[in-house]
Amino acid sequence: MNFGAAVVGKVATRAVPDDDRSDKILVGLLDERSTDESRGFRGVITTSRAQDNAAMIDTLALPIVHSVREVDHFRDGDIVVMQPKSGFVRTLHRPDSPHNSLFMTERCNSNCLMCSQPPKDKDDAEQFTDINLELIRLMPSTVNFLTITGGEPTLLRNRLFRILRALRETLPNTDVHMLTNGRLFAWPTFTRDFVDAIHPRLVLGIPLYSDSSTSHDYIVQAKQAFDQTVVGLHQLARHNVPVEIRVVLHRLSIPRLPQLAEYIYRNFPFVVHVALMGLEPTGYTPRNKEILWIDPVEYQDKLEDAVEILATRGMNVSIYNSQLCLLRPSLWKFARKSISDWKNIYLQECQECKVLEQCGGLFQSAEKMHSPHIRAFHDRTSA
Amino acid sequence: MARSFYSIESYGGKPESYNLLPFRFLALSDRREVLVNDVGDYLIAERGTARALSQRTLDTGSDLYQTLKAKQFLYDADSAPLLDILATKYRTKKSFLKGFTKLHIFVVTLRCDHSCHYCQVSRQSADRSKYDMTLSTARRSLAMMMRSPSKAVTLEFQGGEPLLAFDRIKEIVPRAKELAATMGKDLDIVVVTNLANATDDMLRYFRDEHIKISTSLDGPAFIHNANRPRPGNNSYELTIQNIQRARDILGVNQVAALMTTTRLSLDYPVEIIDEYVRLNFRSIFLRPISPYGFAVKSRHRTGYEMDRFLGFYQRGLDYILTLNKQGVDLQEVYAKIILTKILTPYSTGYVDLQSPAGAGVSVLVYNYDGDVYASDEARMLAEMHDTTFRLGNVHRDSHHAVFTGDAFRSLLAASCNETLPGCAECAFQPYCGADPVFHHATQGDVFGHRPTSAFCYKNMEIIKYLFGLIGRGDRDIDRILFAWIRNQSINDMGDRVTTCG
Repeated sequence: MNFGAAVVGKVATRAVPDDDRSDKILVGLLDERSTDESRGFRGVITTSRAQDNAAMIDTLALPIVHSVREVDHFRDGDIVVMQPKSGFVRTLHRPDSPHNSLFMTERCNSNCLMCSQPPKDKDDAEQFTDINLELIRLMPSTVNFLTITGGEPTLLRNRLFRILRALRETLPNTDVHMLTNGRLFAWPTFTRDFVDAIHPRLVLGIPLYSDSSTSHDYIVQAKQAFDQTVVGLHQLARHNVPVEIRVVLHRLSIPRLPQLAEYIYRNFPFVVHVALMGLEPTGYTPRNKEILWIDPVEYQDKLEDAVEILATRGMNVSIYNSQLCLLRPSLWKFARKSISDWKNIYLQECQECKVLEQCGGLFQSAEKMHSPHIRAFHDRTSA
Repeated sequence: MARSFYSIESYGGKPESYNLLPFRFLALSDRREVLVNDVGDYLIAERGTARALSQRTLDTGSDLYQTLKAKQFLYDADSAPLLDILATKYRTKKSFLKGFTKLHIFVVTLRCDHSCHYCQVSRQSADRSKYDMTLSTARRSLAMMMRSPSKAVTLEFQGGEPLLAFDRIKEIVPRAKELAATMGKDLDIVVVTNLANATDDMLRYFRDEHIKISTSLDGPAFIHNANRPRPGNNSYELTIQNIQRARDILGVNQVAALMTTTRLSLDYPVEIIDEYVRLNFRSIFLRPISPYGFAVKSRHRTGYEMDRFLGFYQRGLDYILTLNKQGVDLQEVYAKIILTKILTPYSTGYVDLQSPAGAGVSVLVYNYDGDVYASDEARMLAEMHDTTFRLGNVHRDSHHAVFTGDAFRSLLAASCNETLPGCAECAFQPYCGADPVFHHATQGDVFGHRPTSAFCYKNMEIIKYLFGLIGRGDRDIDRILFAWIRNQSINDMGDRVTTCG
């Protein structure tokens, strides 16, 4: 590699006028381009080999990742990052996808048994912050929706606030959803600093897995996590920060799900949404399958009770990541197609299903870990 | 680099001891009791649960233990007692106190065209000078009303029959609006009228000024006319025509009706409710008459024992639920108020069932003669020559003097059921209220004697009855009760509410 810091830019696969190259990364064959056509970009990603174009590379003096196997998946306008040392190229943003995110850190102060993105204890905050700030600068103002995720974004503290302020200035009309365990909001000073930086269209997604502190702390593998999240939720309410509560459905959270629903209503009636989410069989989940897995057909009673409690009380409730054939028909109207496009699949038996269009399907990772009761509906009325 | 996982025992689960948080309890039946904490969280459980809880014999590994902990009846070493959460919930339950006095009742005249048996105050008189509020008194009253710290205030015109003093109302309204705007207050205006004298001009005025109407309808003609004599004995016919006319001009939602239960009414809950349904009202308030004034004097005619009222009330409630199950929208207001206290984290704005009591704290009555009373009942007592709860006079006393005077202070001393004998330890205390004016009137003592209190008896029985409904675990009933609480149509509450009784 000929560069020391990450390079973030917009993909350009076609010819670009001279004065419009400075935020773009040229993608494609070098062999077929003249030096003039390749000058002035932020970087170059090419399938060509370096030794075949040594003179040109020298003249351009640009960060370059060469000998890449294929570049066909890059589209003009995609925002990518070229990583130093490794030479990895990662796509950060696709203008045409509804599932764009800002990945903040791999660190986390919890260690949930079913984490789909297991945390890593490394100091990556500065690196990700620099990348994200540049990403925000480059993103088109038309982006409708962004998720801030990790890891645990609040661990970044001031860096998170910088990101939020940048979003507020650059993309004030974008809906922003931040996934956080909410624990740090138990500290009033943190919450105040957060609120100072807050984006006008930000909603926080905060998990609560049980009304029992023991159960919740065990599931997230952190002592006092329940207390902190509960207090944090009230701190956020005090500042009118909109919050969604997220519950992952598995063998440990199901037994007290109706009690949790009632608990949420009595203690957090202000939450804008409650998402009851099917398990994503990736990350830690396969490893903890023995203690987590429960066939959704076995928890329909509990799920129906919980949804009834919340809906009757006027709470906005949805079911995520569930397949219609496993859901009791009374619950269908609460089911959402929630799985991000790039990891959403349907099984072989789904292909002839008459309600496939309405169904959210499965996670790609569920191909090997799913209910044996998945089946096709052969006519709409049987559904 | 991968982290380890720890077993559930590392996070607690079966603590050796626990501490109690404040709660109260009451037997509901031979098998069940209800435990209620300070913020109204409740648990219907097997008899003996409160005993086991307090004697520390509860199995700390049980589901019941987790439930009691989640509902904040106890705490243990596994997690913080979360007192801030409890405090926030308590504040929410008492949020009706925010801003202090909100409801301001102006008795613009005592004159009335009706001569109802149970009416405490009205006068059959043409003498305007004697029984109408003067402009000067109205102005002083408005000035005192606007001294209320509350951001939102309601001005309610009462009587007598306030429309007999319509000209005065027309003088008061613009001035009230101007003052509210100056003081940055939100102002609601309501007129409580029998509508008998309502002209189209008056109704158009109310429409244009966004004034709501609250009228009286006691049931079908044979009840209403018997309860509300007037020349021509046509009160019912007039009321029905006028409700329709008022709805046409103001809009359906601007016209509400209240009923009063008399001895005659007690045998006809179904007929009364049917009348409300027939007239497309979405709510009915099955109200007992208050034991004041003329109502006390004429007990032989309209008074009745509380048991008979409770029988009437329960038959009425059951009938309403039957209608609800058929898809007919009708809520009973008193039950809805109590259910909101039991089933939700919120408070209600209903001034006659709260602690501290609403008298003075949430309501002030400005009488036609400038006297200020703590409540409508307080001024009715005054008409019976008992001026205990006259807090002052708008011409002589400042807002400050009214709320620091002996009358208000002695009232306030008996206003918190948290501290009243018989209430302090009652499981229903968070759902109930205090009524020092009532207890003074019926028992000669603002604190009152709970075992013989009709107020206590009525509320205990009604709340027990409602817990009976809640405790059925009947999904259809639950949906109906929340439809009332949320002012939703029964038919929008999901698919499964049965369509036959």
